[in-house]
Amino acid sequence: MNPIDQLNKIFDSRIRLGIMSSLLVNEKMSFNELKELIGVTDGNLASHLKTLEDSGYLKVQKGFIGRKTNTSYSVTKAGEKAFKQHLDALEKMIRSIQ
Amino acid sequence: METSSYQDLREIRQMMEKSSRFISLSGWSGIAAGFSALAGAFFANRYIKAYYANAYGTPDACPACLKQDLIVIAGLVFISALVLAFFFTYTRSKKDGVAIWGTTARKLLWNTMLPMAIGAVFIFHLMEMQYYSLVGASSLLFYGLALVNGSKYTLGEIRFLGYGQLLTGLYCLWFPGNGLAAWAFGFGILHIVYGIAMWWKYERN
Repeated sequence: MNPIDQLNKIFDSRIRLGIMSSLLVNEKMSFNELKELIGVTDGNLASHLKTLEDSGYLKVQKGFIGRKTNTSYSVTKAGEKAFKQHLDALEKMIRSIQ
Repeated sequence: METSSYQDLREIRQMMEKSSRFISLSGWSGIAAGFSALAGAFFANRYIKAYYANAYGTPDACPACLKQDLIVIAGLVFISALVLAFFFTYTRSKKDGVAIWGTTARKLLWNTMLPMAIGAVFIFHLMEMQYYSLVGASSLLFYGLALVNGSKYTLGEIRFLGYGQLLTGLYCLWFPGNGLAAWAFGFGILHIVYGIAMWWKYERN
């Protein structure tokens, strides 16, 4: 099978890749922490988070700090698996070139 | 296509690093802390010399006063080093446009402050029991362990500063007579060297 076909289309976007990478080393991150880290607008980040959530890769927890809503995100088992497979595919692609 | 998979991997690595480490720690913080320590060591040395030259062996001798003066100096050094370190790091995080308070800062603080707080309690008890010869070594050792522990959550190079403090602390354990010199070296010189190296590597531009 061509390694290119094994690449996960969901991780095509650098922003989604960034979200997944940072959530894999940090159990949980809030919307604002992600926004600051990745440096995108609210709307842009929200739409990418939605894509990942709809794919079943992210868990969303809505909470409150005082009266302000505080949404935090973490990676699901399926998300972890998908990301690992994506990394394997990237590795294979690089190997096949060498 | 091949360049894109390299870039993807680089992006993943960068994000993992960036999201798990507090990287705004400024080299200037180290330099400033080092100079505070050197100034402290200078005044402490003057007080000790003056005590032995004038009061020692006379009825006016007041070892408790000297002890108190030295504790005040150490406290001032600690506070000024902390304030200056915070100031320079705050300035840098402003410049880089990242918030100073976040998960990474919290992790860094917890992982350095825990060994240091335990060290403070330990040293307090040493002084209560009048084991003064162990105070210098203990402060260097606990500080060194705090740095090595914290290095996972900030610029990794800080662990070398930690190793330096640990070696200085071990030396001080066997040669407590040179305690003040070891302090000046560990808290002063090593901080300055580390600060300059970090500034050179990350902030020069």
